[in-house]
Parts: sequence; C-alpha cells; structure tokens
Amino acid sequence: MELRSYIIRRVLLLIPVLLGVTLFIFGITMLFTPLERATLYVTSIRQLNNLPAIIERYGLDKPFIVQYGTWLGQVLRGNLGWSQVGSMPVAQAIPHQLPATLEIAIFAVPVIVLVGIFFGTQSAAHKDKPLDHGTRIVAILGWSLPSFWLGLILLMVFYGLFRGLLPPGRLSIPMDILVDSAAFTRYTHMNTIDAILNLNGPVLLDALKHLILPVTTISVINMAFIMRLMRSSMLESLGKGYILTARAKGLDERVVVNKHARRNALIPVITVSGYVFAGLASGAVITETIFSFKGIGWWAWQAAFRLDIPSILGFALFSAILFVIINLIVDILYTRVDPRVRLGQGVQ
Amino acid sequence: MKDWRFTARQLAKNPLSLMGVVIIAFFVIIAISAPLIAPTPAGRLDPYMIPRDGYFATPEPPSEEHIFGTTEGQYDIFYGVIWGARSAFRVALIVMAITVVIGIVLGSLAGYFGGLLDEVIMRITDVFLAFPWLILAMALTAVLGQSLRSVMIALVIVWWPSYARLVRGDILQLREEDYIQASRGLGASSARIIIRHVLPNAIYPTLIMASLDIGAVVLSAAALSFLGLGAPEGYADWGQMTQFAHNWIVGPPSEPLKYWFAVFIPGAFILFFVLGWNLLGDAFRDVFDPRLARR
Repeated sequence: MELRSYIIRRVLLLIPVLLGVTLFIFGITMLFTPLERATLYVTSIRQLNNLPAIIERYGLDKPFIVQYGTWLGQVLRGNLGWSQVGSMPVAQAIPHQLPATLEIAIFAVPVIVLVGIFFGTQSAAHKDKPLDHGTRIVAILGWSLPSFWLGLILLMVFYGLFRGLLPPGRLSIPMDILVDSAAFTRYTHMNTIDAILNLNGPVLLDALKHLILPVTTISVINMAFIMRLMRSSMLESLGKGYILTARAKGLDERVVVNKHARRNALIPVITVSGYVFAGLASGAVITETIFSFKGIGWWAWQAAFRLDIPSILGFALFSAILFVIINLIVDILYTRVDPRVRLGQGVQ
Repeated sequence: MKDWRFTARQLAKNPLSLMGVVIIAFFVIIAISAPLIAPTPAGRLDPYMIPRDGYFATPEPPSEEHIFGTTEGQYDIFYGVIWGARSAFRVALIVMAITVVIGIVLGSLAGYFGGLLDEVIMRITDVFLAFPWLILAMALTAVLGQSLRSVMIALVIVWWPSYARLVRGDILQLREEDYIQASRGLGASSARIIIRHVLPNAIYPTLIMASLDIGAVVLSAAALSFLGLGAPEGYADWGQMTQFAHNWIVGPPSEPLKYWFAVFIPGAFILFFVLGWNLLGDAFRDVFDPRLARR
C-alpha cells in the first residue's frame, strides 16, 4: 500500500478513538449529580441559592446524549471550562504551564535515549562479562525505583547535605524577578532557552542548576527501560547471519557492533523512544510535584488534589490527544526507518 | 509435579532469581506475621490505621519505643512499614487478578469471534490506551474520591487494555492451529474450544506478563498515594508514608540529614518489594518462555 493512503487510513482511525476519549471524559463528569455539576458554574454567594435555575439554564438534567453534544460543541470551540487552580480558563492554563514541562523533556529525552542506547549496546556486546552484569543490575534497580522517593533522596543530598547546591523550584528568587522584568525578553517561557536568546549567563546557570535533579529523576526509569530494550534488540541482531559474515571476512569487532548490528537493533528502540517522550507526561506529574517545578504536571496534581474537575479532565483530554498524535507520528516515521514494515497490515 | 521441580531448579540456578524469591518470601513472612511483629495497640478497631504518639508535627528519631522513629504527625514508622506490606500485597494481587480476568475474558471474546465484536473491543482498548496512565489514574481517583479502593479501580482501568490485546493476539494465532480446527470438526462448542483448548495455551504469556507487571502496579499505587490521591490519612501505606516525609527532607542547618529515617525507610521498603517482584518476573519469563529468555 502507498504511504499516503496508509497515513490517511491512520488519521481516519483516529476519529473513533478521539470520539471515545471525549465520551469517556464526559462520562466521568456525569458521575456527578446535576446539583454537584451546577456548583461549577457558581461564582458568587447569591447564585448558591439559585442552583435549580443554573441546572435549568445549562440543561444539566437533560438526557446524556444531549448534554454530551452541547459539551462537545464547547470543547471544539476551545472552551474547556474554568480552572480554579490556575484562576483562568483551562484552555489558557494548559499553554501557560506547558513550557516548563517541555523544558524538562527537552533535556531528559536526549539523556534517556543516548545513555540508554549506549549502555544497552555495550551490555549486549559484552554479554555475561562484568560490564553486562553491572548494566543489568543498574537497569533492574532503576526499573524498580519509586521515582518520587529517588527525587526526595536527591533533594536530601544535594539541597540539604550540600547546603542548597541544587535547589527545588524553577529559578531562585532574584532570577525569577529578573526574568519577569523589562530587562529580559520572554520568547518561549523556557528559562534556559530564553536565557540563551537574551545572552544572560547567570539566568542560564541558575535555570540549569534547577533542572539537573528533575531531569535525573524523570530519566532514571526510562533510561533503564531503553537500556533493557536495546540490550535484547542488540542480542537478537548479533545472532543474525550477516554478523557472522561480517566477522568471517575479518572486520574489526567494533565496526561489526557499531555499524552492522546496532543499525538494525535501533529500529524497535526508535519506536519506543517516541512513546517514552509521549509518556513523560506521567513522569512529569511526580517529578514536578517533588521539586515544585511549576509545569503542567504540577498543575495537574494541584487540580486532582483540590478536586478541580474541569482542570484535571481538560488536561486528560489534552494529553490523550497529544499522546495519540505523537504515536501516529512515530508509527509513520517507523515506516521510513524500516522499509520492511508492511503498510497493508493491521494497525497494531 | 515434574514441572514444578524443573521450575524450582531453574530458579535456583540464577542468583538474581534466587534473590527475588528470597525478597518476596521475606515480605510474605512480614505480611503474615504483622500482628506478631507489630501488635495493634489495645482498643484500636482498624489494624491498618497506624497508631500515633501525640500530634506533634516534627518527626522523632528512632528510639527504644519507636525503633524506626516516627514520621510527621507522630505516626510510628515501624508499625506503618510492617502493616504496609499487607497493603502492598493486597493492592498488587487484587489489581493484577482482576486485570488478568478482564483481559482474558474480553481478549478471548475479541480474538475468537472476531468481526464486529473484535472491532468494538479493540476500539475501546484504543481509547483507554490513548491516555498517559498516571493522568488517567489521577482523573479517576479525583472523581471516585480518595481511598485505596479508588486506586485499585483506577489501576484496573489503566491496565486491562494491554492484557485484552495480548490475549487477543495469542488467540488469533492459536485459532488457526490444526488441533483447534480438529476439535471444531468434531463438533465441539465454541465455549468448550475456548476453555479446554485455546485458553490453556494462551494463558502462559499472560501470566508471565502479569508477573512482570506486578512491580509496576505496586509502584503506581504508591505514586498515587504519594500524590495524596490514594490511601486515607494514617493508613499503613508506604507511598503515603513517603509523602509524610516530603516536608522533612532537609533538617536544621547544623544537622541537614536529621530526618533521614522518615524519608529513607518507607521508600526503601517500596524499592525492595518492587525489586523482588521484578527479579521474580524476569525469572518466570526465562523459565516458562525460552523464546523470550534472551531478553
């Protein structure tokens, strides 16, 4: 099948999934009674006495499908409700919180992928040698670590023991005031990138200092995951016939490992790396909560904790859409990386 | 019987697997003998609620009376981690059992009958798999209310689609095998074919995946409790006990590591428990599925 028709088919298949996602999210809100949902519209004490009028006005007691239609219409127009935690509409709060999280991801993803691939390759190339055992033990430990606990331990050591060397938060107070002043232009709201664009060394250094621990915390589990995957993929590829041929013709072992075997072993790892990037949303909630790094994960946690239902459901909807789109892009790239993938086959 | 002896011998051959067995055995013993190791004070109705020694916020270091010290709010850490083993087993086993059953039922229906039923079930799994797991679980616990039960429901909802897919895939393969065709030719009913012939062969990959996933379930439940969305306050739960320590990471300037016990101990229990399951899961996979052993 042509690549183009494959893409069209995949995009069309997204429609039922996204409809299902909205139906599910709306279904969750319908677990509340009309009276409970009416309170979401209340902005003043006077209105509290008038809840039945609100139910009437917004049609909160109409049949499920009618209310779903109204709600979906609102969502399609970009209205996700009011975020109490952010004191702004949910649709504004999400882009407002996103840059901080994106900043963590920009630093974490290369670390995760490169370190994971490097140690996975070396581990497979030296199978059953000390390096391999060491890597496997580190991987299984990393896989078993509660990341919130790791974050707390890191803070205990680098913030407590070393007297504020690597502090929580996004910036220290003087820098935070500086970046919001007229002397500093906000381009992306990602502190490191803005600091580079403003040619401001102290802000860059301060922002990096605040990023080290969150990036480490979010990377460990994912690194362990990529390491395991890369090792198994490498072992499989090292067992192939063309590796035997390459060795038989006297090629240097390093060339065999790095050129012949690794190229092919990378294919499944590339796919999974895309999913890892998309899945950082989950890791971000825990990491940002520990380090008070106020990105979208921290905001979602605040929302869930304070029962700010429009915020948490709006974010769930947003992240599901993002997740689905990233997965689609990864799958399409996959067909470019590995021409053997049969486009005509089922989606999964 | 022979199978069991073979399994046991395989497990004993690998030091890492053996370690997994030892760790989990250790936790089983702790969980079973919790009332002996950490007796519930007289007059307490729910043994899972950690006894507290006053209401003072600052954690107290280990002492004769509280051998692991007390955490924020004077909850006894020793009592909490011992009874927490029971909570951890309960959550992990209940979530995994329900997930596997739902996965097997829906997966085999979809795989065996195919057609419209298959399409509908698979699109539903797509919907649930579209969410990042923690976001979905957070939204569900926020709506269902803070309790360990909500955590379990949320985790089942997060996990079942992967199992339904796994089972479906295996059954699609098995459906075409000769012996299935043969029993169909002999006039066996669909229910009989699924239960007697298909499932026994499809169940091993599912159980292997389950044993590999238990650690992740424990971690997820602990993470939700850590975020304040799981166990009710004062419940013997490792995740929540780590949360209690969140405000006490840094001690006074003269003694920066003063409260290490409150931070370190509950998390270390989570780490070892999950590590035990992961080692065991790896071992099971190597023993039962030689095809995957190279991983």
